[in-house]
Order: sequence, then structure tokens, then C-alpha cells
Amino acid sequence: MSTKNSWRKLAAIALIAPLVGLSACSSQGGKAPAAGDVSQGEAAVSMPKLKIALITHAAPGDTFWDIVRKGAEEASAKDNVDLQYLSDPEGGRQAQLIEQAVDQGVDGIAVTLAKPDALASALKKAEAAGIPVVSLNAGEDRFKELGAFTHFGSNEKLAGAAVGEKLDEDGFKHPVCVIQEQGHVGLENRCAGVKEKIPATEILYVQGTDMTQVQSTVTAKLQATKSVDSIIGLGAPYTLTILKSVAAANSSAKVASFDMNPELAQKIVDGDIIFTVDQQPWLQGYGAIDSLWQNKRGGFEIGGGQPVLTGPTIIAKDSAKDVLEFAKQGVR
Amino acid sequence: MSTSTAAAPVVADERVASKGPVAKLLGRPEIGALVGAIALFVFFAVVAPVFLQPSSIATVLYGASTIGIMAVGVSLLMIGGEFDLSTGVAVISSALTASLFSWYFSTNMWVGVVLALAVSLAIGFVNGWILIKTKLPSFIVTLATFLMLTGLNLGLTRLIGGSVSSPSTSTMDGFASAKAVFASSVNLAGVDVNITVFIWIALVAVASWILLRTRVGNWIFAVGGDANAARAVGVPVVRTKIGLFMGVGFCGWILGMHNLFAFATVQSGEGIGNEFLYIIAAVIGGCLLTGGYGSAVGGAIGAFIFGMANKGIVYAEWNPDWFKFFLGLMLLLATIVNLVVKKRAEAK
Repeated sequence: MSTKNSWRKLAAIALIAPLVGLSACSSQGGKAPAAGDVSQGEAAVSMPKLKIALITHAAPGDTFWDIVRKGAEEASAKDNVDLQYLSDPEGGRQAQLIEQAVDQGVDGIAVTLAKPDALASALKKAEAAGIPVVSLNAGEDRFKELGAFTHFGSNEKLAGAAVGEKLDEDGFKHPVCVIQEQGHVGLENRCAGVKEKIPATEILYVQGTDMTQVQSTVTAKLQATKSVDSIIGLGAPYTLTILKSVAAANSSAKVASFDMNPELAQKIVDGDIIFTVDQQPWLQGYGAIDSLWQNKRGGFEIGGGQPVLTGPTIIAKDSAKDVLEFAKQGVR
Repeated sequence: MSTSTAAAPVVADERVASKGPVAKLLGRPEIGALVGAIALFVFFAVVAPVFLQPSSIATVLYGASTIGIMAVGVSLLMIGGEFDLSTGVAVISSALTASLFSWYFSTNMWVGVVLALAVSLAIGFVNGWILIKTKLPSFIVTLATFLMLTGLNLGLTRLIGGSVSSPSTSTMDGFASAKAVFASSVNLAGVDVNITVFIWIALVAVASWILLRTRVGNWIFAVGGDANAARAVGVPVVRTKIGLFMGVGFCGWILGMHNLFAFATVQSGEGIGNEFLYIIAAVIGGCLLTGGYGSAVGGAIGAFIFGMANKGIVYAEWNPDWFKFFLGLMLLLATIVNLVVKKRAEAK
């Protein structure tokens, strides 16, 4: 077998075919023609440009954080803020990012407190340097102690309880709650909230970094436990995969979800998914940046020392259509 | 097949002496894994009877196939004495290439599919080429490509698609036909079996044929055993190694296309960590980390063991808190069985 020639032939085909195929255009589903950029409002008050760092524990490539970031970016555009977005899922390195922001002398820091203890000393430095801090998404029970003047987020356990309550209302007895990252406090809390309302709730762990494994593991669970009548995904992409598992296992279980993306909203409109709980991440990003601006503008501290809740909001078939439009714009 | 150059003259004849069929069977690299796989299968069949129902086996096979497809390329590469840490993310790179290209230029999906093949092969080529040119260990070279691809996946996806996951392409022309090829299921006696299972089996067959029946197969064992000695006897080391990396790229392309057409959108952060699963599958299957020894069938059995352990725990309905622990324990036991059987076989 002469590998050299066959490789060359393959390479040639591989290079030429797409060029030939360029003329083979898809009639639908591609990139929409560019629309005009959203016009930016003019600042009503003249404030010096602020530099704000948004430091999250997001793993790169997570859709959820895209929406948070979008909220922060839109607030920055309105408030004349120079936004610096940084993230690291590892607590120690997130703390270093905070210290770097302090070194740079930013005017404000918005931070997620997923691992509060790891960030405590870095946040002390920010306090010592007189930099105002708000927290978002995670850390609503610790934000005051760590020196943030307010917190934007949704209580994960409350959100889980809201799902449990809704499922209970609809007569479901045996839900499975699928966690895509074992040991993640927020995700565990969501399922704990569901379990609080429906004690028979089971938890299933899957490997979130590999969708094919998510699909096959959930299928296995549905095949093993026939009495499962509902199944909950903790993120839009995972829920959409779970939907495939339900079909593959020929299960009659209904699917519910947390969070949102355009495909998920469409599935709710279509009735394939019964509902989702949205914690409105855009509001978290927007609120965090805007509250720092308000703080600079007049020393305001929104929330009165209490966390500002951005959710949970349940989106079912009746409300999904409106949300779908916004989800397509990447803000829901 | 190991190139033991230090064989003493007294035992030289032993290498050409013919063995009995049982000894021959026990001398195969994958025999330990096979015993481990059978043990694991029986174990789960006993503790979780639902494991034996045909649809469950189809699910286990599907889970195994998505690791096994890559394990084919990775096994061959490891027999050839090299390592690839970029495989997990390279799968996603391939899927993103097809998705983003077709979406951005609104082309037929098949255009993206072909382009993705070119990109996947190119990634393999670059890995191999840098390895040959710099003579750095493949661990370093592919670690670098792993990091670069992780960054490219994220950066380009955001730049082109405006979001960290690729836009949904499920309504585009050619999606349905590509889905039929890469992500459909075949009804086999009433059970839906994912097409990846058949692709996997076909790849294992082709790889085994190449390894055992062609000149290229001999080259692969030779470069993995001792590259300098191989070069001295006229084996084209450079072409073989680069070809092996491109073979891994080809497997990555198949899996990438499956990911894309099964789920319509691809998360750019996916795939990280999977490279180890592929290597684990190959190692359980009897491929030596040092090269020169192993088989494609072994890698497949390794993937099957992983699939059984992974899904069996769910079928057995064990407390999920201990999931990872059981998984690790089972992998360890399977590998030890593998080792013991191999030692016994070699001692005979």
C-alpha cells in the first residue's frame, strides 16, 4: 500500500473540494445578513471614563457567561466604562486576577464569589486600595463579609425549589436531576432545591465536557430506571442533549431545564421541553457594572445591604415566544 | 513484535519456533484486556440485569464507540512510539471548522465537512512535522498544539459566530444527509444502534489489517520499537510518523462530524480532558506507553471496558457520590488483570 500517494490524493481532494463547493450555497440556516449595530445611547451626564474589571470563575467557552458578559458590555457602553473581562475557574488564579486589577488601579471590580475563601485576601487588598467591589452570580451569603457592597444573582437553591414546586404541581413524582460537573456547589444546590420539594428526586452525574457521553449516560439511566417521569438539565446545551437521550431510550419522561438559549426557547415553544428556570444572567452582568457606575456617580449602594435577585423566573410555553426573540439576540 | 535486539544466541531459535494456538492467543497484546472486559461484563450482568437488555447494550456500545473511534488512531500512534495530547480538542476543532465555515458563508454543510477533513489532517500533519523537525518529545509538541487549539476554538468561535458555542446549523442544506452518514442510528433487530458503533468496528478492522497485513504495519511497529534501527533498515520513519498523526486527525474528523451532526451546535470549550480517555483506552488494550507493542483491537476493547464501567455504574444505580471512585477502581482492576494475564502468557 503506497501511503504517500494516497495521502497526497486525499489532501488534494480535501483542498480543492471546498473551493468547488463554495458555489453550493445553503438556501437557509446560515449567517443572517449583517444588521445595523444597536445604536448606542448618548450619556446624559458627563462622567470621566471609568475602568472596571469583571472577574468571573467562568470556564472558557460557556454560553451562560457569554450572556453575563454581554450584559456587562452593554452597561459599559451606556455608562462610558472601559470594561476588562477576565475569568479563571480556579480559585487561586481568580484571586491573582483580582490582585492584578488592584495593581492596575481600576475604578471598580465586579467579581463572582464561587470560591469565597480563596478570594478573601485579594479582596482585602481591593478594599485597602479603596476600590468599590460588587459581587455577582455566586456568593450571596458571603458578599458583605468580603467587602462587596451589593450582590446580583439568583439563589440557586430557590431556583431549584421553584423547579421542584412546579414539577410537583404538574404531578411529577420521580425526577432525575442531571449534574454536568460533580462537586460544583451551585449545581448541587439546584438539585438540592428540587429534592427539597420532591424527596424522590435522583441525581445523575455526567461528564459535561463530552456531549456524546452526556447523551449515552442519560440514556443508560432512563433504561435502568423505568419509573423516572421527569428529567432536569442544569444548562441549556445539556438539556438539549438530554432530549435526545429521552428519544433514544423511548422514555416518556418530560424534560425541564435551567438557563436559556435560543434552541431551548424554541423547544419550549414547540412543547418538547415543559419549562425552564431563567436566572437572567444578562441582568447580573448589567447590574454589576451599572451599580459600580452609580456608586461613582453619587455614592449609591443599591440593594440596601441585601442581594439583588435576578431570578428565578419560570419560562413555560406561554411566555417562551417573547423570550425566544431576545434569546436570539444573545441577551436571554 | 517487540524488537528485542539483546537476544542471547542460545535462545535465538526460540523466536522462530512455532507456538501452539493457545500460547499464540495468550501472546496477543489485547488478551489481558479481553479477559478484563469479559469479567466486567459478567460482573455488571449479575449486579444489574437491565445491563443485559439489547437497548442497554446499544447504549454501552455507543458510549464506547465515541471513545473507541479515537482510540483506533491513538493506538496506532502509540504503537508507533508517539503520543498525542491534542486529540480531545482537535475533535472539537474539526466540528467547529465545519460548522462555522458552512454557517458563515452559508454553504452546503458538506463543504464544511470536507474542509474540516482537510483541517484535521493538517493538524495531524503539523503535529508530526514539528515533531520530526524539532526532535522534541511528542508530549511537548502535542501539549503545545493542545493549548493552541483550545485557544483557537474559543477565539475563532467568538470572533466568527459571536458566541462561545457555534450557531445551530440544523436547518442548513446538507445537514440531513450528513447526519445520516455521521449521526444516524440503524435499526438492528428492533434495537436502534448508533452508526458510530459501525464506523468504529470498520475503523478497527481497517487498522488491524494495516497493522498485521501490510508493509506500513511493519513500519509502524518498527518505528515504535526503535526509530534509529528502523531508519537503518530503510523504513521511512518521517512519513510513517507523520502519517500516524494524520491518521489520528482522520479519526478526530469522524468523531468531530458526529458531534456536530448529532447536536447541531458545538460548545467551543468541549473536549478538554478526553485525550486522556483515548490514551487510557489504548493502554488498557495493551499498547505500551513506550511504543512498539500493541494492537488496534486492544484499543477497541479498552474503549469497551471504559464504556461498560461508565454506563454500568448507572445501570447498577449505585450512589452517584462515589461514581468517579468506582470508575477509577474499575479501570485499575481491568488494567491489573490485563497485566497479570500478559505476564502469565509471556512466562509460558
